Amino acid sequence: MTVKEPPVILQIKNLTKRFAAEDGRQLTACDDITVNAYAGQTLGIIGESGCGKSTLVRTVLQITPATSGEVIFEGQDILKLRGEAARQNRRKIQMVFQDPLAAFNPKMKVKEIVTEPLLNFGLIKKSEVNAKAAELLEMVELPPEFMERYPHSLSGGQRQRLGIARALALEPKIVVCDEATSALDVSVQEKICELLVRLQKEKGITYLFICHDIGLVDLMCHQIAVMYLGSIVEYIGGGRRISTDGMHPYTKALMKSVFKVDFKPGERIEPLESEVPSPLDLPPGCPFAGRCEYCTDICRSEKPQLKEVVPGHLVACHLIK
Amino acid sequence: MLLEVKNLDVSYGSRLTVSGVSFELDKGEIMSVVGESGSGKTTVIRAVMGCLPGSGHVTGGSVLFDGRDLLKVTPQEHRQLCGRDISMIFQDSGSMINPIRRIGTQFVDYIRTHAPQKTKAEAAEMAQDMLKRMRLPNPENVMQSYPFELSGGMRQRVGIAMAMVFRPKLLLADEPTSALDVTTQAQIIRQIVDIRNEFGVAVIMVTHNLGVASYISNKLVVMKNGRVVESGRREVIAAPQDAYTKELLAAVPVLGDVKYYDR
Repeated sequence: MTVKEPPVILQIKNLTKRFAAEDGRQLTACDDITVNAYAGQTLGIIGESGCGKSTLVRTVLQITPATSGEVIFEGQDILKLRGEAARQNRRKIQMVFQDPLAAFNPKMKVKEIVTEPLLNFGLIKKSEVNAKAAELLEMVELPPEFMERYPHSLSGGQRQRLGIARALALEPKIVVCDEATSALDVSVQEKICELLVRLQKEKGITYLFICHDIGLVDLMCHQIAVMYLGSIVEYIGGGRRISTDGMHPYTKALMKSVFKVDFKPGERIEPLESEVPSPLDLPPGCPFAGRCEYCTDICRSEKPQLKEVVPGHLVACHLIK
Repeated sequence: MLLEVKNLDVSYGSRLTVSGVSFELDKGEIMSVVGESGSGKTTVIRAVMGCLPGSGHVTGGSVLFDGRDLLKVTPQEHRQLCGRDISMIFQDSGSMINPIRRIGTQFVDYIRTHAPQKTKAEAAEMAQDMLKRMRLPNPENVMQSYPFELSGGMRQRVGIAMAMVFRPKLLLADEPTSALDVTTQAQIIRQIVDIRNEFGVAVIMVTHNLGVASYISNKLVVMKNGRVVESGRREVIAAPQDAYTKELLAAVPVLGDVKYYDR
């Protein structure tokens, strides 16, 4: 079944990010990434640590400058924006961080934290802070009394709600969630995910959802990009599910490493052996060749390109035709 | 019975944090303690190890290990037990290791602290052998490395190698895989099962990952607010009785389940 996707809101085109390492070598964190995010939907990005998923969104948000490539949002390449135009653009793309305690000023009260973006852009007056803070707290299901508190006196889940309230204060079109639920307990995580989904339905927000929990990404996202060593190795869209339709050997290996709660006695996990190679010396062929059990000669010499195998489903593997 | 914990109460200052915790563990069994953060699961194993932080102290109950009450042993006896008969691994073994000394030097020190009769060369050989058994590639290199030069998964293997070098009877693991990627987590969990099979060590594993607990455990203890709400063999996960256990299990995202936006 192919599902028709809504209009594209964000186009990432051939985005590459290299960092200069100490000894003059290049560290390739993102290698020629092309992917789209659709209006009002969630694009999931998964992969092991060091695969470049955080660098990708940080480059999109212009926290780090891109080496090359384009990010098209509302008809223009936002990587070329400078000065006031770049500042105004930030209103439309906001971020929720993994550790909200580190993302808040510990000396600011909750009401100051949630309304700071609005004051910064001159959208409200100081006299409106209390009313607006109460409204934002209500949106994320926090009691209005919390506005006089400091972030250290909130629990992890409450802090993450506050992080979401602050990100949504400017009514952005796109919200980047970088491991936003990874530090939370499962029951709290579930509540935060339900909140994110409710807000998405109400406001038509697009999420870029970065997470290493493949189960959670499967449940949260409309499209999923699987990254490995700076490249997207599989893109699953068009209403297909990673659990049943994942094809790339790496995607399959990731799924085999997941601990299910309903293990049958005697059932074994099959973890991928060894570790992710260094992004300092990218191998010439397929990035996954070194750990792939189906690796052939062509995999070591030529990098496979993403190609559409089923409408909306792209795989970069020589062995999948 | 290798370990019998009866009605354990632990307080921080005057605040009772863990109360009435009881469980038993036999040789070679793996038990998981699950629950949310703040439920007291780490406090329980720290009480067993005798390393409660700050104002933490045991206010009631008993911890019988191999017939001895760990709460009544002298500090000297306790020091001999810990590291040899009972050992512990932490969430990030990197922060347990001194960051400015090489792995090998510290490992040798550790061995010679508990076995002063060993020469440096013998201790180094023991250490290397242990690292090799933990499937660490190039143990010679690892011995020469500083902790920051190793990945999280490799550091965790070093931590397990150090904990297992004296073939302890009981291994306490505090969230040993929570800081790791899924693939590395799977490797470490398999490693813990392997050492149990090889050395017959009993393991208490504190985790908030119910999938890991379900995979690895013979026994389970579910904690909430410092109390045990449910405990038993695998039926705790297969057929939970307590409402809280059911709630926890239902919150775990399952690959291929109904999507959040379709609920």
